[in-house]
Amino acid sequence: MKKTYLNEFHANNGGQMVDFAGWEMPVNYGSQISEHKEVRENVGIFDVSHMAVFDFAGSRQVEFLEHLLPNDVNKILGSTRALYSPLLNDKGMILDDLIVYHLGDENFRIISNCGTREQNNAWFKKVALNFDVAVDFKEEASIIALQGPKAKHYLGEMFDVDLEPFHIQTHDGVMIARTGYTGEVGFEIICNAARGLELWDYFIDKGIKPVGLAARDTLRLEAGFNLYGSDMTIENHPYESNLGWTIDMSNDVRDFIGKSALLDLQSDSKKLVGFHTDARGVLRAGTEIYFDGGTGIVTSGTWSPTFGKNIGLCRVDSNYPDTGNAKLRDKEINLHFCETNFLKYLK
Amino acid sequence: MADIPDNLKFLESHEWAREEADGSVTVGISDHAQGLLGDIVFVELPEVGSEVNKQDDVAVVESVKAASDVYTPLSGEVLEVNEMLADKPEVINSSPYEDGWFFKIKPNNIEELSELLDNEAYQELSED
Repeated sequence: MKKTYLNEFHANNGGQMVDFAGWEMPVNYGSQISEHKEVRENVGIFDVSHMAVFDFAGSRQVEFLEHLLPNDVNKILGSTRALYSPLLNDKGMILDDLIVYHLGDENFRIISNCGTREQNNAWFKKVALNFDVAVDFKEEASIIALQGPKAKHYLGEMFDVDLEPFHIQTHDGVMIARTGYTGEVGFEIICNAARGLELWDYFIDKGIKPVGLAARDTLRLEAGFNLYGSDMTIENHPYESNLGWTIDMSNDVRDFIGKSALLDLQSDSKKLVGFHTDARGVLRAGTEIYFDGGTGIVTSGTWSPTFGKNIGLCRVDSNYPDTGNAKLRDKEINLHFCETNFLKYLK
Repeated sequence: MADIPDNLKFLESHEWAREEADGSVTVGISDHAQGLLGDIVFVELPEVGSEVNKQDDVAVVESVKAASDVYTPLSGEVLEVNEMLADKPEVINSSPYEDGWFFKIKPNNIEELSELLDNEAYQELSED
């Protein structure tokens, strides 16, 4: 298994190590529920250096990205900031989701998922050839996430930053982005491994608790964020994955990969929505859902520490009503469909 | 890691059995099992009064991660279940051998107790 530079720290500090997409990562440091609550109430720190960082070079990066991504990078040219977008193939199906960062002067960086790193590396390089753009896959990068209501306070003690959501700043080779996967105010810090280690140790010394991948999953699900590989795969298109909002068709002249396929397909036969249940159990990915006139399937399901119940995302026929049924062990139980952002909706 | 009390017997599937002074047997899951499961959020317990047979799946323990069947180490009648687990399933994680007990049986064949693994044998198996 591959290891991040923080592997020793995790192993020596109670990290329960598991194989995540070929990387040895901490699933928790004792209690995923305590770690989750720590992020919602205070602040937590995550090692997400297994994710993939790509830097680009060349004078035609904007053209390259206008073609590569369905969301429009022109939106972020005015300042140094980040944009979320899926990555599509020419059939309009989803290869991954990612964030593209405008570092300034029309230079860009992309951070994408871990499991798709090799796929993306090959894909970016292939598309970039047509635009004379060089792709630098920064395999030794450090990515640390600091998330929670106190994140700003702790970050501020180390860096003089004042960032709006999705904006970024670079200090001395360290990129700080006000982005995150938890639904809390938070930051993602990208730099080299040596500097990353210094920063990690600094924040840990301040008493900030490390948070594992299990809590990362319950946090993102409460916020309604998709997970590639679960809520969307290469068999899905954006309109049935709650990603219609990331597809920017406003510029007729811009042709991006997957555009013509998206214009052709049946965009409204299925939807990705949220569900919750009061049953004493957890409906998990793969569970079938049924209702009058249609069916669906759970794509992600977990127990929510914030709401004390089963929540999740599901892909259902568009004619879904307010409630549906599913089998939990041998019992038929009732579930409620809802908006995907549970933090807002179930408050 | 809680120390395993030495008056317990085990199933390979990580359930423990403790014979009480009144002849009943208390059943729970081991510290090793709760560690593997992670934070427990739901428990389904057998019905009081029901008859169970050794190694029947009689309960379910569900963590955030996954649900798992719980098997009875002995045959007999279910005398009592731990009501606290309905509201505080996390006590299984923090006190697997004491407060986190699942149910008590009135055994109908006490010989079955000797068929179970002792402390040492269970530890060897679970340390693999």
